[in-house]
Amino acid sequence: MQLYSDFKMKDDISRLASIISAEVEKPVNIMEICGGHTYSIMKYGLNILLKDKINFLHGPGCPVCVMPVKRIDEAIAIADSPGVILAAYGDMMRVPGTDSSLIKERAKGNDIRMIYSPLDVIKIAEDKNNKDKKIVFFAIGFETTTPMTAALLEEVIAKRINNVFIYANHVLVPPPVNAILDSGDNLIDGFICPGHVSVITGSDIYFDIPHKYHKAAVIAGFEPYDILSGTLLMVRQINEGRPAVEIAYKRAVKEDGNKKAQDLVNKYFTVRDEFEWRGFGNIPKSGLRLRDEFKSFDAEILFKDKLKELRLKSGAGQTGKENALCKCGEILKGKSKPDGCPLFGKVCNPENPVGACMVSFEGACAAYYKYRDF
Amino acid sequence: MCLAIPSKVIKINDDNTVIVDTMGSKRLVSTMLLEESARIGDYLLIHVGYAMQKIDEKEAMESLNLFREIESKAAGDGVEQ
Ligand code: SF4
Repeated sequence: MQLYSDFKMKDDISRLASIISAEVEKPVNIMEICGGHTYSIMKYGLNILLKDKINFLHGPGCPVCVMPVKRIDEAIAIADSPGVILAAYGDMMRVPGTDSSLIKERAKGNDIRMIYSPLDVIKIAEDKNNKDKKIVFFAIGFETTTPMTAALLEEVIAKRINNVFIYANHVLVPPPVNAILDSGDNLIDGFICPGHVSVITGSDIYFDIPHKYHKAAVIAGFEPYDILSGTLLMVRQINEGRPAVEIAYKRAVKEDGNKKAQDLVNKYFTVRDEFEWRGFGNIPKSGLRLRDEFKSFDAEILFKDKLKELRLKSGAGQTGKENALCKCGEILKGKSKPDGCPLFGKVCNPENPVGACMVSFEGACAAYYKYRDF
Repeated sequence: MCLAIPSKVIKINDDNTVIVDTMGSKRLVSTMLLEESARIGDYLLIHVGYAMQKIDEKEAMESLNLFREIESKAAGDGVEQ
């Protein structure tokens, strides 16, 4: 597929990198929000190619990484309830909770299924062996992934399936970005905005970045060429002092996004008052829950007694705690990098992750580990 | 997680699904989130089993050309290669 391989061409990449280097007036700090960008930057060594010119800071855009321990503990408690099949994306399986992880719980005999797509949830529900089971979908993800959970609900309702429940952990990109910018103590000159979130939302959700905070913002795709061309636009915005939201990924992102997907999300979900994020604590209006009309599908309501107990414990500081040495929370805010963590690569590695950033391949720690230089 | 892989439509089914080819492997995906209908030969961005957008091939070529122009101009201006 020429269309695609062109965005990986080595010659173009090194030429673009030299143009960027020539245009950078003083070293620039850029935060890439999305973990997919972090992965590409490490994989193609763009951070090394642009060393001393662009400092890539890694942001809060890996949905696995930003889930706090508390939410993992809750998923574990739900999976441990009688008659439950918990369906989770593979990346969530090894994220450490307070005392356990989903994969350890599965080894103990709890019915936890690794799924690739919400469509697999339907298959599990339609299996006649599971007719009296409660199938709970551990739904995570940013704006990119929420429409697929909404599509699952649409299908569950159309097919009159009554034993599928959603444990909703969908989160939004702008609130943590604003939280970072509001905190003031950051070096960020601009943001590479997530390409696939923007496919759904369009470009408007980043309005505050240039207009309230006066920082550059460019929506980019995930090939090395995409990231570098986005970086070039960013450097020009910074040099010329004209922050704006620009799209460097027009083959996929339209200004208005995907309305059909947005409408489906709005039909089933509404914004929560607040949601807890790893490293950030509670951020107002940063997560989604099911609308009241659909509460019969809401696992947080179905298991409310069990979760209440757990929330009391975590409120009292007995559970829900991160490992004190893990810097995942600081990394997600762009204040630290994986190699600044004392556990990195020694105690903490992908086989034995201490924090969530070492689990998902797009977690900054996992990406550094995979592509670290010896 | 937010990865979405461009895949080519090779078969259209009548139940809101299509078969796509993703770098040689074939899979069934739902098109219920797509705003326009998919045609054979289209490239779709696939995320967790759903097509989320059709890739605009014209825009793809334009963005490559845009930056190649910048590159050739820079080369003409004597930017180090
Ligand atoms: S290396 Fe491990 S312990 Fe250190 S910040 Fe990353 S995930 Fe946490």
